[in-house]
Amino acid sequence: MAAIAREQPNADTRSRSSAFLFRHPRGKLALTLGAPLTWFLVVYIGSLLFLLANAFWSLDVLTSEVVRGFSLNNFQTLWENGVYRTITVRTIGIAAAVMLADVFLSFPLAYYAARLASPKARNAVLVAIVLPLWANYLVRIFAWKIMLTPNGFVNWLVELTGLGSLQLGRSNWAVWLTFVYLWLPFTVLPIYAALDRLPSSLLEASSDLGAKDSKTFWKITFPLILPGIAAGSIFAFALTLGDYITPEIVGNTQFIGNVIYDNVGVAGNTPLAAAFALVPIVVMAVYLLGAKRLGAFDAL
Amino acid sequence: MLVKVSAALILVFLYVPLVIVVMYAFNDSIGQSWPIQEYTTKWFSAAWNNDQVREALPNSLVVAIVATLLALLLGSLAAFAVHRFRFFGRNTVSFLLVLPIALPGIITAIALNTTINNFQIPFGLQTIFIGHATFCIVVVYNNVIARLRRTSPSIVEASMDLGADGWQTFRYVTFPAIRTALVAGALLAFALSFDEIVVTNFTAGSTLTIPKFIYSNMRLPRNRPIVNVVAVAVILIMFIPVYIAQRMAGGSDVKDAAAKAQAAEAGAP
Repeated sequence: MAAIAREQPNADTRSRSSAFLFRHPRGKLALTLGAPLTWFLVVYIGSLLFLLANAFWSLDVLTSEVVRGFSLNNFQTLWENGVYRTITVRTIGIAAAVMLADVFLSFPLAYYAARLASPKARNAVLVAIVLPLWANYLVRIFAWKIMLTPNGFVNWLVELTGLGSLQLGRSNWAVWLTFVYLWLPFTVLPIYAALDRLPSSLLEASSDLGAKDSKTFWKITFPLILPGIAAGSIFAFALTLGDYITPEIVGNTQFIGNVIYDNVGVAGNTPLAAAFALVPIVVMAVYLLGAKRLGAFDAL
Repeated sequence: MLVKVSAALILVFLYVPLVIVVMYAFNDSIGQSWPIQEYTTKWFSAAWNNDQVREALPNSLVVAIVATLLALLLGSLAAFAVHRFRFFGRNTVSFLLVLPIALPGIITAIALNTTINNFQIPFGLQTIFIGHATFCIVVVYNNVIARLRRTSPSIVEASMDLGADGWQTFRYVTFPAIRTALVAGALLAFALSFDEIVVTNFTAGSTLTIPKFIYSNMRLPRNRPIVNVVAVAVILIMFIPVYIAQRMAGGSDVKDAAAKAQAAEAGAP
């Protein structure tokens, strides 16, 4: 009895608060959404807006202090200084090259998993594709650093085939290769999903009507999986665009990310870094618009 | 045939670097030439006794645990709100939550860095888990909202019809339905935080974590054997929570796995 009596008020508040929330769904909404939304607005959106503001501030060269007044100095520097233009072009160019290579390499894997493998083999292959992503990102870059050293695995392999020696060492090729490796699983999955959805009847109809395999591919398969390709390409392109660690470890040139990193750190020119950070955002916005027109978002 | 052979070759391409990293952990020589001449396990004890590793490991664990707890709370609350209610700006909220993994990691990183600097918040564990929680929230959110969508609303109505109040319904009906999704989300958030480097680099100050240890030591040839051992340990540690999470989230849902893997790389861009 005593125990029940003690529990009573509790149960009472509980049912009353429950009834209150039932009558006031807005209270329930505030209770659930309030905390996460506040966190995001304060920590994340606040920081992003602060970054945006920084892009329009400037650094006093003499005192190396940030001057908080509207100016377009950073954008002028980025536009007029040839170094930054070269870095921007290099970053976008290699991102595009990585994206193309990943789409190309994704195709056989995705095709095998979607259309040739037995259900059991398909699951095994898909797991095998995703699993390497969970090996630490740095570890995977480190692996390529080891493999690309002058006496390393890659060179050993090339010499084994008798094609002479291949010194990728620290180069844009090494950066490209490492990026292709890092992001490949991301491009495979959407292309796999698109191929999986492709009705076999269309391919059969095409070959019944006398089209060769290559013609069926270009006239039927390719247009239908294009949204999937576009979706997959987003990852390879976007992830390369924002990376600064891979070029630093296996490369010998700077990417947009490296300039941002150096300016926040050593050089202490946060406003310039903030302004340069807007470049990948704008490039991605344009890329996403293009991908959207190809139907990429329905394929994700 | 051609497709099969090239698919097999590409799978080999995905796994060779991982196998090689593992093999180098047993390399007797400090040099990185291939093939490996002599094998040893001496670097494992060297790594275990390394001061920096001893400093980094507890830091990484604490950060991952706190970030996971924060993400669990905020991510599941957000999932409930977005799933249960139709409100003004609902689409904006769900867009907002995935933004940290949609934007290149360096943008999140430098945004947090400039803000922390500006408000003169001291860099340390507290700034790392603020950053980590922000991108871990989405992993929990995705898992929980996917489960809520799969759960039939009629069981909640049945509970109410049988006289349970809102809290009881949550305690005895909703919570058991999403429990495994919460565990899966937590494990993935933990894995994500434990592995993260891009945001960590900008929010840690001089505090050491395991990825920061790898990042700063892999450039020093003398320390590479130890980095190799830590790399192997990290690969092994990661596969355990990911494997369990995978089983709990309902096994073969590969698209889910892709979304999580994508979240994993949130840090990477």
